[in-house]
Amino acid sequence: MPTLVYIEEPGDLAQQSLAFARGLGEPLHALTAGQRVEVTGVEHVHHAEGDAFASFAPAAIARAVVEVMGTHSPSAVVASGTPRGNEVLARVAAITDLPLAANCIASTPGDGASVTRTRWGGSLLEEARVHADTLLLTVQPHAVAAEDAAGAAAPVESFTPALRDEDLVVTVRERVGSSAGGVSLAEARVVVSCGRGAGSPEGFGIIEELAGLLGGAVGCSRAVTMAGWRPHTDQVGQTGTKIAPDIYIACGISGATQHMAGCKGAKAILAVNIDPEAPILASADYAVIGDLHEVVPAISAELRKAGTG
Amino acid sequence: MRILTCVKRVPMTGGKIVLSGDEQAIETKHLGFTISPHEECGVEEAVRLIEANGGESVVLTLGPPEAEEQLRDAMALGADRAIHLVTDGNEWDPQATAAAIVEAIRADEAANSPFDLVCFGNESADSGGYQIGIRVAYALGRPVATGLKGVSLDGSSVRCEQEVPGGRDVYVLPLPAVVTVLEGLNLPRYPSVPAKLRAQRKPLDSSSPARPEPRLEKLRLVVPESQGKEAEILGHGPDAAPAVVEVLQRIGVA
Repeated sequence: MPTLVYIEEPGDLAQQSLAFARGLGEPLHALTAGQRVEVTGVEHVHHAEGDAFASFAPAAIARAVVEVMGTHSPSAVVASGTPRGNEVLARVAAITDLPLAANCIASTPGDGASVTRTRWGGSLLEEARVHADTLLLTVQPHAVAAEDAAGAAAPVESFTPALRDEDLVVTVRERVGSSAGGVSLAEARVVVSCGRGAGSPEGFGIIEELAGLLGGAVGCSRAVTMAGWRPHTDQVGQTGTKIAPDIYIACGISGATQHMAGCKGAKAILAVNIDPEAPILASADYAVIGDLHEVVPAISAELRKAGTG
Repeated sequence: MRILTCVKRVPMTGGKIVLSGDEQAIETKHLGFTISPHEECGVEEAVRLIEANGGESVVLTLGPPEAEEQLRDAMALGADRAIHLVTDGNEWDPQATAAAIVEAIRADEAANSPFDLVCFGNESADSGGYQIGIRVAYALGRPVATGLKGVSLDGSSVRCEQEVPGGRDVYVLPLPAVVTVLEGLNLPRYPSVPAKLRAQRKPLDSSSPARPEPRLEKLRLVVPESQGKEAEILGHGPDAAPAVVEVLQRIGVA
């Protein structure tokens, strides 16, 4: 019985899901919907087509997955633990009344399959047993290595799933707005952030200055957005933005698990903190012990002096 | 109109997670508790919608007796009354949780009138299953949109906005509908002291449903090994600036 992998779009996350699914030891089938996506390294691609898939339509995609489950009886159905991957598989779980293990980092298939999944945005792991004939799971992003996309494209079998009226209701009607100007937090190479230690909204002036000199983005802690000092779009953390910069400069950030869940993708962390015992030092690569109100302007001045700012 | 918001009691974990001796839960002896962040925004949104449109805002939780604290917090934000599905403190898996909520919704709707909107957090801060709202929606036969940072009512439909790279995707669902929301949807108010006192007197119905066998069965929790990093101290105070710039240059960002 194959493992069926829902591929939302090509890329690194899709390759991670395929690598994870391959580890379950069964032949791989992929399911795509709407736009054709070339998938390599699988035996078979089931491509759902039809007007319903012109824009993202999670209910219709879930129904297509359930249809393929009916015809091919996969032992497992896998997707990326992205917003869309989790949404589609949760809908599949709701339709089929099967358990769903979200954001897994490991799985042992078989009777009473076991999974290791993330909690608290990855700050805690759960080992769990899944009591079901078909294992539904999503793969925690960036927790497993991606497999190469080498090899020939797999044969594609297109099908038009039988949809119900209610599957056509939940579909993207339009896309509005665009990303704000400036450097996007999620994609910035440098992020400079500050916690409540900034003292006030104006206290972020020195943070903005340093971020500006480095061509980076400004971030902040949850306490700062809850105080209304910065917009939620600046918040780094489990319930904010997940960042992956080359360096994260965290000023006056103590290192609560809620915050660290958002910055563990950083290649390096520099903590500026007055408290040498702050939890963030256990996750940081570099640290400066001192008052951010003195240290941050000094770094900016030094950058100007070095002529690189 | 009537809006139901479902919330979960979660610990405020602080800087380090410590497990209980049996590895089944987080050691919470020294921790406070809160409404899971996405859901707090859900409560605030429901209260604002009822303030603007009239009607009743109800809040529901499935959790231990102590979770009454979070229901009172939600009523201090402005919810009118609460439904408490009381557990013995053991965790319920997502399917069992969703089934109990569905049953409570059906009972409340039979006694009153249908909820126009049922609101969930997109995922809880602790177990993060990403599925309760969706399961409840399918069981009730209502449309659901997830991960929302914008919710607005337009007559008999709800306009839902989801942040995606490059903008916001818009869904329009006919009412009654289910939505799951994210923190950032709004900035929840700080409840006033009179609002907190009023919340103590608002009606709260409780019942104790039986916990079914879990199909996603938690065996144990594990704190991931730390990377064993020891931060290199670049210096103390402003004198450290040259060493910082050296690091930035080495990394190639300055």
